[in-house]
Formats: sequence, C-alpha cells, structure tokens
Amino acid sequence: MKKIISIALAAMLVFAMAGCSKSEAPTATTAVPAQTEAQTQAPEATAAALTGTVATDGSTSMEKVIGALGEAFMEANPGVNFTYNPTGSGSGITAVSEGRCDIGLSSRSLKDDEKASGLIETVLAYDGIAVIVNPANGVEDLDLETIAKIYTGEITNWSEVGGSDAEIVLVGREAGSGTRSGFEEIVDVKDKCQYRQELTSTGDVITAVSQNPDAIGYASLASVKDTVKAVKVAGVAPSEETVKDGTYLIQRPFVLVTKEGVTLSPVAQAFFDYATGGAANDIITAAGVVPVN
Amino acid sequence: MKKRTNLFETVIHGIFLLLGLITVGCVLLITVYLILSGIPAIRQIGLFKFLFGSKWASTAAEPEFGILPFILTSVYGTAGAIVVGVPIGFLTAVYLAKIAPKGVRRVMEQAVSMLAGIPSVVYGLVGMMVLVPGLRKLFHIPDGSSLLAAILVLAVMILPSIIKMSITALEAVPKEYEDASLALGATPEETYFRVSVPAAKSGIAAAVVLGVGRAIGEAMAVMMVAGNVPNMPNSLFQSVKFLTTAVASEMSYSSGLQKQALFSIALVLFLFIMLINAALNFFLKGDKTK
Repeated sequence: MKKIISIALAAMLVFAMAGCSKSEAPTATTAVPAQTEAQTQAPEATAAALTGTVATDGSTSMEKVIGALGEAFMEANPGVNFTYNPTGSGSGITAVSEGRCDIGLSSRSLKDDEKASGLIETVLAYDGIAVIVNPANGVEDLDLETIAKIYTGEITNWSEVGGSDAEIVLVGREAGSGTRSGFEEIVDVKDKCQYRQELTSTGDVITAVSQNPDAIGYASLASVKDTVKAVKVAGVAPSEETVKDGTYLIQRPFVLVTKEGVTLSPVAQAFFDYATGGAANDIITAAGVVPVN
Repeated sequence: MKKRTNLFETVIHGIFLLLGLITVGCVLLITVYLILSGIPAIRQIGLFKFLFGSKWASTAAEPEFGILPFILTSVYGTAGAIVVGVPIGFLTAVYLAKIAPKGVRRVMEQAVSMLAGIPSVVYGLVGMMVLVPGLRKLFHIPDGSSLLAAILVLAVMILPSIIKMSITALEAVPKEYEDASLALGATPEETYFRVSVPAAKSGIAAAVVLGVGRAIGEAMAVMMVAGNVPNMPNSLFQSVKFLTTAVASEMSYSSGLQKQALFSIALVLFLFIMLINAALNFFLKGDKTK
C-alpha cells in the first residue's frame, strides 16, 4: 500500500512540474530590447489594468517579432498571459477559424477561399526574403528575372551568371511554406521551380547552402547568418532600410488573422491595437522586420 | 476474509484489464481515425489516380495528387537499405554470436545498443553535414542529397534491430546441432553457415522484416538527406521524397484537399506497415511451430 501511495505522489509531482513548465514556455522567447521600450510605448494599455490571456498561433517565421511584442505587452500589463504557438501559417489560420486562438499569424496573405470563409487579415510588418548562396560563390548580384530563370531551370550553370563553371543546385522550402509561396509569388515562378532540395525549415536551408558551394536558396532576412552570403537583388543588398523603402524587391507581409463577427476579448483587442497601432514599431524593427504604420 | 480477498482480486483484475485496454483502444482509435480521414481524399481524387499518378503538386493552381513517386521511393529506399544493411548486420550477428571472443563481443554489443539509442534526428544531422557533402565530392554530382544518401542512412539505422534479433535467433539454435556437425569433421565456419544459420532462418527472416518496418517508417532522418522533391526515383542520385516525409513535411502548412490527401498517404503507409507486421507475425509463428 505504501508503495502505491508513493507512486501516486510521484505521479502527482511529475504532473505538477509539467504544468509549471508549460505555463512558463511562452515566455521563453527572448526580447532584450523590448523591456525598456515597453513602458514608454504602451502607457494606454497599462491604464486599463488588463487581465487575461492572449493566444496566438501560426507562422514560425514570425516567432521573433511576435515573441518580442508579446514580451513587451506582458511587461506593460502584468496581469496578462501571452502565448504563442509556432505551428506554421496554415495551422495558425485554421486555429483562428476554429476559434482555438485569439489571433492567427500568417507569413503570407490570405488566400481567396480563406477570406471568403470570413477571415480578416491585418498586415503587421514586411519581411524581406534574402536570396542566399555559399560564401565561396563569386556571384554578388542577380536581378529578379535572372533569379526566376535560375529557379525555373532555364539557367542551370553558374558560369551563365558570372560564376564558376558548376551546375546550380536549387534549394527551397516544402510546398505550403510561407517563405516558399512568398518567394515564388514575388519572383513569379509559382509552381515552376525545379528544386533539387525541398527542406522543412529556414535553418535547414541555410545549413544546406552553407554545405554546398554551388547551392542557391532563400530564407527570411532576419534569420540569415554569416555562414551564407545574401546576394544583391537588382543591385540592392537586402537590409531593413531597403525593405522599408521598397527598393529591395523580394519581401512579404506578416499578417495578423482574425475572424469576422468574432469580437476579440478586451485583452486580445488591446494587444492587437498595440501591435498594429504604431506604438510598437521599434520592437518590430528590432526583430528584423519592417513595420507597416 | 476470503470474500474480501476475492473482491480485492477482482478490483485489481479490473484495473489491469483497463490498462491493457488503453493500448487496444489507441490502436483502434488510430486505425479508425486514419481510415475515416484518409478515405475522402482518395474518393475525390480517385483511387487509381491517387495510387498510380506520377505527379505530386499539392499547392499548384491545378493541384495533382499522384503518390506513385512516394510509394516507389519508399519501396526502393527500404529495399536499398536492406541490400546494404542486411549483409553487414547478418555477418556481424554471426560473428558476435559464434566467433567473437567474450571481451570483443561485450564491447561490440554495447556499441550496437548505443547505435539503437541514437535519435533519428541525429542520424539526419550527421547525414546532412557529413554524408551529403561527402557523396557530392565522391561522385562529382552537383548535390549529394539523394536516394543513395537516404539508403545509406537507413542501412545504418536498421543495423541494431537486425543484429540483435539475429543474435537471439542464432543463440537459440541447440548446441547439439553444432556439436554433431563439428564431430562429423566440419570446420567451425561450415558449421555456422550450413547448420546454425539454416536452423535460425526464421528468426533471421523476422529480423529482416523488422528492419524493413523500421526503414519504411523512418521520417526525420531521411527528410534531412533525401532532398524531398517529389521526383520519380529513376536514379540513385536523384532528389526523392518518401511516404513518411511527404506527410511530415507538408502537414504543418496544409489545408483543404491537400491535408486530406496527406491523411490518405498516411493511410497507405499504415497499410504497408500492417502488411509488414503480418509478415513478421508469420515468420515468428513459423519459428514457434518448429
């Protein structure tokens, strides 16, 4: 009998611990610069003394920006619990349409059938998509048309675009990825890409390109590291400034998705206003993307 | 007093039954769920078009859902892994079970156990960082991520199950068989391969089937080395997509018919694995009746 009791106690302890770590998980996203800015930028939210939970769900590309925003919002409103579930744009849109979260996050514009089902998109920021090559690659500058030709298989050798005599290896993301559809739409190569590799995360794409001197890939500008080289597009190097002033051509929206006819809880509405109202622009910028307002 | 014990026994019996039913319930739940969610897309696309269509373009403006490339890739990839992995695993098992000195055997069995414990994502990572660039240099191909890379990773991954099952089967061979063979003047090697191995053949066959099951169900490691483009697998150096990776890579972003079709792929994979399980049961049963 004693044994049974001790086992039960142990089980309870494990469950209790699991509960603790779960509630802590959403705060794990780091946002160092966010804390100081929060107090100065969201005074109107503090006045209301909000309590409750804001649940967001969706795009993994938006992790950095939404994490920083959530952190700052919680800092300004101590009673608020902010959660972010990184599931991917499609899952986030499904979640909001099924009412499983307050705000869905999508790193692509809503499709027509999604809009028709009563979902509303609000653009939060623009994200530049960098075209990356191996640092050993001599090619520095490509225009949109050349990138399109490379990805559709019209140009297959680096020597045709000023590089060494080697076959171009196209690396991309899996079908349905927000980065992929964003890239293919902007470059106008939808469904025509002759990929050699389709990988399931930005990190994998960067690793693959850094491992192969003949590879070319694309990745969210914010996550590009120095193991790869971002090429200029039509003479413009990708950076926050060039995405903001529109001279860098490959960029996509980060969208907050809500459902028509569903009133957001006061706290979710406050977060929505805070994120889109321009007050949090510095935080959005700090996360490597360009705010709309 | 006796009555109380009986009541206690009944309660305990009930609890155990309930716990046992959890497993059965899970299997039933998954089976029913997969069939229910897998059927609609097959019905919409058409069974023949779905199974034998050679083009998969799930997010295209006019989507096509042919999974023949995935089926063939899974079959070829698994077959390749068996061709590469079984000889290595089988001979290792014979060596460890019959020939190896005790010390060597202990160390090598430890190594095999550790190989079994390595998470598949680590296999994938090592494959991505070492094997893929290595193949690229070795064969002078533009990119190393290919069917061959997946086969090699899978071959290593199935080694532990093949080796361990084969050792168990070889050790179950009665010592009298071998003694008789040796007494008749056969060399030890002749004895192992002419007497021990045939006597253990159903166990070894079961080991191979277990390896097939492991290889066909693996997703993470092959996703990182196979390239994942839904090509028909016409060459070892082609970028290919397996049944498992087709489901795993698109699921998180999918919607509508695409999502339903992914469930249908999962259903096909499930049927494959059921078939393999049936084969495994067949071989193991054959062992017992002997």
